[in-house]
Amino acid sequence: MTTAVLALQGAFIEHERRLADLGERTIELRCAEDLAQPFDRLVLPGGESTVQGKLLGELGMLAPLRERIEAGMPVLGTCAGLILLARRIEGDGGWLQTLPVTVRRNAYGRQLGSFHATGTFGAWDDVPFTFIRAPFIVEADNAVDVLARVRGDIAGVRFGNQIGVAFHPELDPDDRIHQLFLSL
Amino acid sequence: MSETQQTATEQTPAERAKLNRELAQMLKGGVIMDVTTPEQARIAEEAGAAAVMALERIPADIRAAGGVSRMSDPKMIRGIQEAVSIPVMAKCRIGHFVEAQVLQAIDIDYIDESEVLSPADDVYHIDKTKFAVPFVCGARNLGEALRRIAEGASMIRTKGEPGTGDVVQAVSHMRLINSEIRAVASLREDELFERAKQLEVPVDLVRYVHDNGKLPVVNFAAGGVATPADAALMMQLGAEGVFVGSGIFKSGNPAKRARAIVGAVTNFRDAKVIAELSEDLGEAMVGINKDEIELLMAERGK
Repeated sequence: MTTAVLALQGAFIEHERRLADLGERTIELRCAEDLAQPFDRLVLPGGESTVQGKLLGELGMLAPLRERIEAGMPVLGTCAGLILLARRIEGDGGWLQTLPVTVRRNAYGRQLGSFHATGTFGAWDDVPFTFIRAPFIVEADNAVDVLARVRGDIAGVRFGNQIGVAFHPELDPDDRIHQLFLSL
Repeated sequence: MSETQQTATEQTPAERAKLNRELAQMLKGGVIMDVTTPEQARIAEEAGAAAVMALERIPADIRAAGGVSRMSDPKMIRGIQEAVSIPVMAKCRIGHFVEAQVLQAIDIDYIDESEVLSPADDVYHIDKTKFAVPFVCGARNLGEALRRIAEGASMIRTKGEPGTGDVVQAVSHMRLINSEIRAVASLREDELFERAKQLEVPVDLVRYVHDNGKLPVVNFAAGGVATPADAALMMQLGAEGVFVGSGIFKSGNPAKRARAIVGAVTNFRDAKVIAELSEDLGEAMVGINKDEIELLMAERGK
């Protein structure tokens, strides 16, 4: 199986390394032509969502990716990737809009509000959470499965084959979330 | 599911240092643009800047004005923080830890302890390990880069020669740092102590470079980048992202040039894309070369 990692901007190499450690083949998506290569899954990495979103639009990648996600291709969005997936962004439009949640950007403030914690993710305990100028989910539709809450706010969800997390599993040495993603 | 019990408590200095390096990782593949007004910050964000550097005068104007250049007015920085949602950086003078304290107090995302401003201390850099906010510092070679990292910098950029529109210094700094990294990686373990002594840096940092073939923090290009091709050149030479100072708002069509540089950094190996992006950008910043200027900012802070 092959996972495509959106490589327009941000921490995509970290995801590629993690996936390679788990035996997955990866390719990078940098322009519309890259979408012609065969791939089975998609990772939307951390970075700046405005940069990635604008480039997705300018490069003509938004509609084809949205179509594939809506057709059931497994996708993992971390931090900025969650924002790209969100149907609604507070005070802003949206990008792919395939995940029926509302996100708040920079929800914990600027860099001084960034933090590390551990907690529960679905059935798992002691999952490390690294939040960097992170968003959180202020509202999730009923059909969305809430997997993690931190400080009372939703930090991780699953909706069909879409996993969206506000933190960075690619930065911590726990690979359970990537394994879950690869099992979809 | 159960509610997470453990909420974020006070972060330890080690956790804070990790988070600060990780913010730089999130900026990779991006362009950080110098802006002097909220209006420019909005243009930069709209064009796809990964962060903005708030400063009163861009380096080209600092050169033209001469005199002592200092940290910007906190009110002006706040105006820029309010205008955009991307990270906002600001510069303090080398060694001026009170300017750094002020920038931390206004909740800046990253401090650039920068040779572009007049140095406040001709011996000591700021002890950046004492701060919760991250720092980026300039470097011309591996020794400077590792000394800044030892002092607590979470991100490195080449010094280049700011405000010139001439990329030659950034190129030579990036080539030198990367060739010195390759040389360290090729050493025997028992040769690392002597190399650390020569570089005037802790042996642990040299060992990291030896084992990983890279700096322990993200390394961007800065100083003299003026065109999409300049930005792609720096990326192909191994930069993980690009700072553009005077190059954007000293040019004929800032919004278009900014967008083109962002696009060139994303597709830095695709010459066709860079060709398209380079069309009709209007005039690039005029530019002066390093032999025509009297002040070499890169000589500041070793």
